Amino acid sequence: MSTTSEALKPSPAYGEPRKAGATARRDRWWVQPFLVVAALTTFGIYTIVRVILSTKYPGVYTDGAHLQSPMFSPDLAGIFGFHTKLPWSFLVLWAPLGMRTTCYYYRKSIYRSYFLAPPACAVAGAARRKYSGETKMLLFMNLHRFFFYAAAIVVGFLAFDFVRSLFYATAGGGTSFGVSIGSLIMLINVVCLSGYTFGCNSFRHLIGGNLDCFDCSASTRTRHTLWQRVTTLNVRHQEWAWLSMFTVWGTDLYLWLAGSGVFTDPHHIF
Amino acid sequence: MSTEMKGGHRQLKIWRGDRETGQLVDYELDTEPGMVVLDAVLEIQASQEPDLAVRWNCKAAKCGSCSAEINGKPQLMCKTRLDHLPADEPITVEPMRAFPQVRDLVTDVSWNYRVNEKIPPFTPREGLPNEYLMGQADTDRVSEFRKCIECFMCQDVCHILRDHRLQEKYYGPRFMVRLASLDMHPLDGLDRTDLIADQAGVGLCNITKCCTEVCPEGIKITDNAIIPLKERVADQRYDPLLKIFKRKGRQGRKKV
Amino acid sequence: MTVIEKHDYDVVVIGSGGSGLRAAIAAAEAGAKTAVICKSLLGKAHTVMAEGGMAASLGNMVPEDNWRTHFQDTMFGGKYLNNWRMAELHAKEVPDRAIELEHWGAIFDRNDDRKMHQRAFGGHTHNRLVHIGDRTGLELIRTLQDKTVHSNVDVFMETTITRLLKDGDRVVGAFGFKRPTGEYLSFSSKALVLATGGSGRIYKITSNSQDCTGDGYALAYHAGAQLVDMEFVQFHPTGMVFPPGVAGLLVTEAVRGEGGRLFNNNGERFMEKYDPKRMELSTRDVVARSIYTEVKEGRGSEHGGAFLDVTHLDGDYVKTRLPSMYEQFKELAGVDITKEPMQVGPTCHYFMGGIKVDADTGATRVPGLFATGEATGGMNGSNRLGGNSLGDLLVFGRRAGLGAVEEANRIGPVSVPDGAVEDAHARAAEDLAGDETNKENPYALHKELQQAMGAGAGIFRDKEGLETAIAEVEKIYERALNLRAPSSRPDYNPGWQLCQELRNMTTVSLMIAKGALLREESRGGHSRLDFPAYDDYWSEHNILQDGVGPDLDLTPVPVVRKDDLAELIDERKQQEAATK
Ligand SMILES: Cc1cc2nc3c(=O)[nH]c(=O)nc-3n(C[C@H](O)[C@H](O)[C@H](O)COP(=O)(O)OP(=O)(O)OC[C@H]3O[C@@H](n4cnc5c(N)ncnc54)[C@H](O)[C@@H]3O)c2cc1C
Ligand code: SF4
Ligand code: SF4
Ligand code: FES
Repeated sequence: MSTTSEALKPSPAYGEPRKAGATARRDRWWVQPFLVVAALTTFGIYTIVRVILSTKYPGVYTDGAHLQSPMFSPDLAGIFGFHTKLPWSFLVLWAPLGMRTTCYYYRKSIYRSYFLAPPACAVAGAARRKYSGETKMLLFMNLHRFFFYAAAIVVGFLAFDFVRSLFYATAGGGTSFGVSIGSLIMLINVVCLSGYTFGCNSFRHLIGGNLDCFDCSASTRTRHTLWQRVTTLNVRHQEWAWLSMFTVWGTDLYLWLAGSGVFTDPHHIF
Repeated sequence: MSTEMKGGHRQLKIWRGDRETGQLVDYELDTEPGMVVLDAVLEIQASQEPDLAVRWNCKAAKCGSCSAEINGKPQLMCKTRLDHLPADEPITVEPMRAFPQVRDLVTDVSWNYRVNEKIPPFTPREGLPNEYLMGQADTDRVSEFRKCIECFMCQDVCHILRDHRLQEKYYGPRFMVRLASLDMHPLDGLDRTDLIADQAGVGLCNITKCCTEVCPEGIKITDNAIIPLKERVADQRYDPLLKIFKRKGRQGRKKV
Repeated sequence: MTVIEKHDYDVVVIGSGGSGLRAAIAAAEAGAKTAVICKSLLGKAHTVMAEGGMAASLGNMVPEDNWRTHFQDTMFGGKYLNNWRMAELHAKEVPDRAIELEHWGAIFDRNDDRKMHQRAFGGHTHNRLVHIGDRTGLELIRTLQDKTVHSNVDVFMETTITRLLKDGDRVVGAFGFKRPTGEYLSFSSKALVLATGGSGRIYKITSNSQDCTGDGYALAYHAGAQLVDMEFVQFHPTGMVFPPGVAGLLVTEAVRGEGGRLFNNNGERFMEKYDPKRMELSTRDVVARSIYTEVKEGRGSEHGGAFLDVTHLDGDYVKTRLPSMYEQFKELAGVDITKEPMQVGPTCHYFMGGIKVDADTGATRVPGLFATGEATGGMNGSNRLGGNSLGDLLVFGRRAGLGAVEEANRIGPVSVPDGAVEDAHARAAEDLAGDETNKENPYALHKELQQAMGAGAGIFRDKEGLETAIAEVEKIYERALNLRAPSSRPDYNPGWQLCQELRNMTTVSLMIAKGALLREESRGGHSRLDFPAYDDYWSEHNILQDGVGPDLDLTPVPVVRKDDLAELIDERKQQEAATK
């Protein structure tokens, strides 16, 4: 009898030693990891630069309206009267960033593209002595649901921010209602972020997936319906993730430029 | 016909070898329109290379016998049409690389059967009526997992087994699907969470989804089986809130 | 000296389809030391392909359904040639077997009452088929596989049995080889169950898997058992005809069940001519013959089939109701069935005939030998209703397993004579490594056999064609004694296995052709152009076959009746007469 490891020896077609990237695939499998690294790295650098530069981020005021960038929401100073000298967006940004870092989709693309584990299917990855998956160093990934709770609250503030952006302080001390391009962009952002946040795998579990029986009582049936709704979003989680990442980025960039006077946000378009 | 079907002269490179060594060997043949890779391999077997070893049975993508790596990707030979593969280069057909070789395209998949034996089977809850009552919603969820034809291509492509060779620590995606089908069966009476977390090793999966990409049955292995299992483990082990509020184990299920 | 690995069991089951696994579970649960042997991997037997469902009169959809109606439907479908007792046991016991599957973890589609859903199928009076989507066979196999694995049964996968071993009159074991290594094995068993399935591979166009080479029929025949009804072969009306590589692949009856229509190349809905009442949902034999006739008379499609059309149905409906068919045509034929018609033609599907067994225990007339499943005959008469096979596997699989245990307990230890093993070994070794001069190539000869059977003993038969076929198959039989695998490697050598299988298929082909020649009438799965009508004598008689080598003895015997069921039969016959 052969020993266990002998019995599990891979086919000689597997080939030894396997260098990273070894594969019999002939399509351009490396394109995707490359794009992911490019996009995520750019976004990361942008975020860090923006957050450090804008220690005193005040929000954008256009003719009396308050437009808050999603990277700096909730507006701690404006809503809670909380002031600090720190780059305070760190106090809020951990929630959405934590959500994304521990998100099942981002985990997939980060492991694949940055850690090459594996870079693509049936392509050998970087050889590491010990693979432990999400058991040891990465055990914290199991806390994803808590980041989800926090990020969901932030989405609520973003909705609030959108509504707030529709009200203009008039010269006489009253308010007027109006829609600007900036508000529309904020609306699109809130919608995309909701699509992403509420398609979360953990949320899908908590809303109904954790049931052992869907069709056992009125309440489980209701939760099953909700689970189906979340599932509809969840099957496009990857698309929502990228879309919402770009809308956050785009919204922030727009408001940054508008706020720093590069152009003025056209307002009262409706 | 909506898509054109082409026959014509094709080249194949087929892996020939045994447990220890092997190499790709060139073959050429004239093909008929609509042929699948298995047709080509069987034709070569019947007319050119009588002892070419290949495993197949149904030739209808239903039994999961004819798994191989075609142009580097795990696919069923009986479901992959020649004219869907680039015509200007030879088609490579190799055995599943992650498993020990028997000969040529045949691999030894017995490890999978040994893993299956370790999973406690369906065990009804107490007090069920003779004729079970169950809703279609539950049937639909579990039935996706039971579509599995045990082609073992997900096991082949999973880097934990393929590259890291952690067969002793991880049951592999096929058996995550099996465990999910039991864990989400509304009438099952066992709580296999500890098995899922410890012996089966769900934590090793880094949800990179190659299993889902190759599954010929279109089972959403990662999203519908593995991630929910990870979440169920998190419920019991990593969620302090749930620990404080409730959860003294799962209702109607005995720990194994 | 070659080493022959020896194994000792109370009960050995050959075949891991639905019937074999159910027999093994029954035997193991009754305490017997049990083994299952199969040519393929566990869970990949032909049963895995079954699609539509399993007929059981649970009455979940139509409360008045009961075993009596199911019995009547089965008898009517088989044109009253069925073994009455088998049809009775089947109808009575299937509901319990279906429920038992659920207890073992099977999942079936549900109705509004949260019970098992039951779908309509050709020939069944009520909605009767429990199913899960269109992959019921997979569910059945997987459930039984898991039950087997946890029932203390030893499984010998990829092991081919080439010979049954006898001690005097009694079957005491089996001989074979392991496909991956070519090592020889001999089993001793107090009782042996054949669950080897059908023999579709004798025809070129078939829905059957590679395993289906009629081994069980031939093994039983050579061991001295009787076979019954071998002339009845079911051709499923709708198999794919194009592309050539997939010709024969099944297009499920559910396509017609969901409203699919058949047209010829003039755009005529030709079933109006053949069965205006039931149209496309007529019984399988009628639809198959109608399509065949249209094609033969020049009204077929470009690839020699009829057009099966679902384009009048909503595209999304088709995709949700017939997902695997949509996939199958898109993937393999490049046809979008929501936009274009499918081209279909008859394909060899099921063998009604088989080993003659005692209905209650599955015992053959050879002591120690039992059989079950498609390998047996009698249950389905001249024509099987869709959905009646899966239940058959469970009901009679269980019964054969129990019958075998009883036999094993009764007879005590057996021993396999060395000579029997030596003989079997010599034959196998000769096929693999014998002298190569003037030997026949199994691949080529297999094609010749398929050619001969398709031409002379296919869906339509006549005297002349059958006589030609018999003459040809007899020649092939002779030549098959002289086969030699094209390669002498023992490990995973498909040509070697085919030598053995081909001899079995040739024996089966002879049985079919000879039975068909003798039965001078048309009935169910047997259509004679020269005798197109029912015949009074043959409506009361089955043909039994036994013999030595190619010399078959054919004996017509009266149908096995059972008095307490006569009333039910008469009732159905009267109903039938009234509707004519
Ligand atoms: C496409 C398709 C769809 C069908 N759909 C339905 C349906 O909806 N409903 C229904 O009731 N029926 C259906 N049938 C029919 C039904 O599936 C079969 O009749 C049934 O599965 C036969 O089962 P079995 O257990 O007798 O044998 P099989 O499943 O054929 O198994 C035979 C076993 O014997 C083994 N074996 C054979 N020879 C040897 C040997 N020499 N040594 C060792 N092992 C051997 C094989 O490896 C295999 O394991 C369908 C058939 C087909 C082809
Ligand atoms: S998702 Fe997990 S199980 Fe699937 S291939 Fe990747 S690591 Fe393996
Ligand atoms: S889950 Fe899919 S890929 Fe894995 S064995 Fe089953 S059918 Fe194959
Ligand atoms: S031969 Fe059965 S899946 Fe390909």
